[in-house]
Amino acid sequence: MKQFLIFVKKEFYHIFRDRKSLLIIFLMPIMQIILFGFALTNEIKNSNIAVLDNSKDESTAAIIQRLDASRYFKVYQNLQSPSDIEKAFKTGNVRMVVVFQPGFRESLLHTHAAQVQLIADGSDPNTATTITNYAGSIISDYQKELYGQFEIPYTIKPEIRMLYNPQLKGTYNFVPGVMAMILILIAAMMTSVAIVREKEINTMEVILVSPLKPLLFIVSKAIPYIFLSLVNVVTILLVSYFVLDVPINGNLFLLMAESLLFIITAVSLGLMISTFTKTQQEAQMFSLMALLLPTLLLGGFMFPIESMPLPLQIVSNIVPSKWYFLIVKDVMIKGLGFSQVWKESLVLLGMSLFLLTISLKKFKIRLS
Amino acid sequence: MNAITVDHIVKTYGSKKQVLTALDDISFEVKKGELFGIIGPDGAGKTSLFRILTTLLLAEGGTATVDGYDVVKDYKQIRKSVGYMPGKFSLYQDLSVEENLEFFATIFNTSIDQNYDLIKDIYVQIEPFKKRRAGKLSGGMKQKLALCCALIHKPSVLFLDEPTTGVDAVSRKEFWDMLKDLKKQGITILVSTPYMDEAAMCDRVALIQSGKIMSIETPENIVKEFEGELWAVRSADMYRLLNDLKQYKYTESCNSFGEYHHLLLTKNQGGKEGVLKYLNELSHKNILLEHTAPNIEDRFMQLMKNT
Repeated sequence: MKQFLIFVKKEFYHIFRDRKSLLIIFLMPIMQIILFGFALTNEIKNSNIAVLDNSKDESTAAIIQRLDASRYFKVYQNLQSPSDIEKAFKTGNVRMVVVFQPGFRESLLHTHAAQVQLIADGSDPNTATTITNYAGSIISDYQKELYGQFEIPYTIKPEIRMLYNPQLKGTYNFVPGVMAMILILIAAMMTSVAIVREKEINTMEVILVSPLKPLLFIVSKAIPYIFLSLVNVVTILLVSYFVLDVPINGNLFLLMAESLLFIITAVSLGLMISTFTKTQQEAQMFSLMALLLPTLLLGGFMFPIESMPLPLQIVSNIVPSKWYFLIVKDVMIKGLGFSQVWKESLVLLGMSLFLLTISLKKFKIRLS
Repeated sequence: MNAITVDHIVKTYGSKKQVLTALDDISFEVKKGELFGIIGPDGAGKTSLFRILTTLLLAEGGTATVDGYDVVKDYKQIRKSVGYMPGKFSLYQDLSVEENLEFFATIFNTSIDQNYDLIKDIYVQIEPFKKRRAGKLSGGMKQKLALCCALIHKPSVLFLDEPTTGVDAVSRKEFWDMLKDLKKQGITILVSTPYMDEAAMCDRVALIQSGKIMSIETPENIVKEFEGELWAVRSADMYRLLNDLKQYKYTESCNSFGEYHHLLLTKNQGGKEGVLKYLNELSHKNILLEHTAPNIEDRFMQLMKNT
């Protein structure tokens, strides 16, 4: 027990006396969560649009006014001729052009059909789709109001509600994603680097020629990073709750327990990486390549897994972050209980046990 | 019982294509309480031997025991009872002197107080700096701290791999004095060094070269084994003197030792007069030529030449 305590103490000395690692551990999570929360969002806010109004009547004015008043759009430019449309896009200032047919209101009232064209920049398909959807719904809102004065038979009104995230806020998706990313980085990379450092600075040679058991060595190496990662979870939750207004709908203890489980998985990954890398740089590179990229690409929070080709969907199952991302979304955003996430938790537990066993087996009791 | 037995140990590195033999069928024994030196140049296989004995490497052939325990089967026992100081500095640079010592004491299930007597004489020298980080110590102090850490659990056998490499002359002298004190406490010490002059401090030494032991003897006997008469030669131009002596027809070997060149003649042909005549012909000035007692390095060079 004394061996264990002094080892953990020594490990904390290493961390707190190395400014660089301290900076990584405590500043990076806050930076990333704020970066993702504010800057890198895929929400549409105040997109510039241009209008080519060939009708200039009461109705078109009302629609333009509504578009401009919404928080999604700002009317940036009024175009005079169809040839201006291309120019407007080429300057890069507008994301959508709204074109009204001549005699818009007249044909709306007399033939009950009027045409408005929405032209968006398809080179960014996601944004284009979102923008046209927003604009479409604003226009149909106006249409409904107009119809309200008359009675029309047979109308189907789809009423759409976005559950758990009624405003479709991107941060709701990013916070769990960033949590997964930070934890895998800190816990796995720092653990692997910490162990490999002992090899690199030669202290491993002395540690090996001592009665210290491999299991004790591994556990005492991992404990400080598990603890620090938990501190990070708390920091991230605080920042996202108070700064980014992301609610914590579920049980906080369940969320922390699940985070602890994921941290253990990440630390086990780090331990495994340390068994086959020789230098700190190697361990760092490997952690970045093998953990960060899959987490970003296959973790599900950047690109939805359901829309990936089948092989990638299968591969994504071995990415621990994917499961943690699902758990955090369920618990934190949807407020679900353990009964809804036990399967994902079991997967993480299984991964941890598997990785721990491997790293203990692969632990070299001799040099080379 | 011997503290260390090494029996036909073979160690090779590399793949099948390019095999590098580090230890070539080595055997020797170290008695309990002995201060045993492994003397040889860099790359002779000293570190490989130490790592095999401290259970860090596996030998390809042969067996070895430390304290009666087999280095392969009973490695756990050996790791409990030996002290090891690797050739490269291997303490935590970002931990203070005191923290390093406390850490290694605890790892070996003991405490500084428990075995303080053993390290007291060494530790008092670095105690004024006990709050200083190990990375900021001088080379000599680092070695002292490393020795303290290797000693803190009162090992039965102490392995010191090139402890004086990169340490100044005064600290080297101090270090060997410390080893002699430790020997009095009954600790068996196996020490390696590339410095021949340090061999004289050991009870017995093994001269090792290219993975082979050339001789195992007490330092006195090693010197006695020297074959032939040795001359010390000096003149005004030492560099030219060395080259000229090497050209001399009866020269067996000639090596530079500080302010003298050590000259060995083949069967002492020509004697002193022959050499003097040869050197005078080459107009060397202030020639000094006298008999000298061979040292361990002379014997080492001789053995190297003969193999």
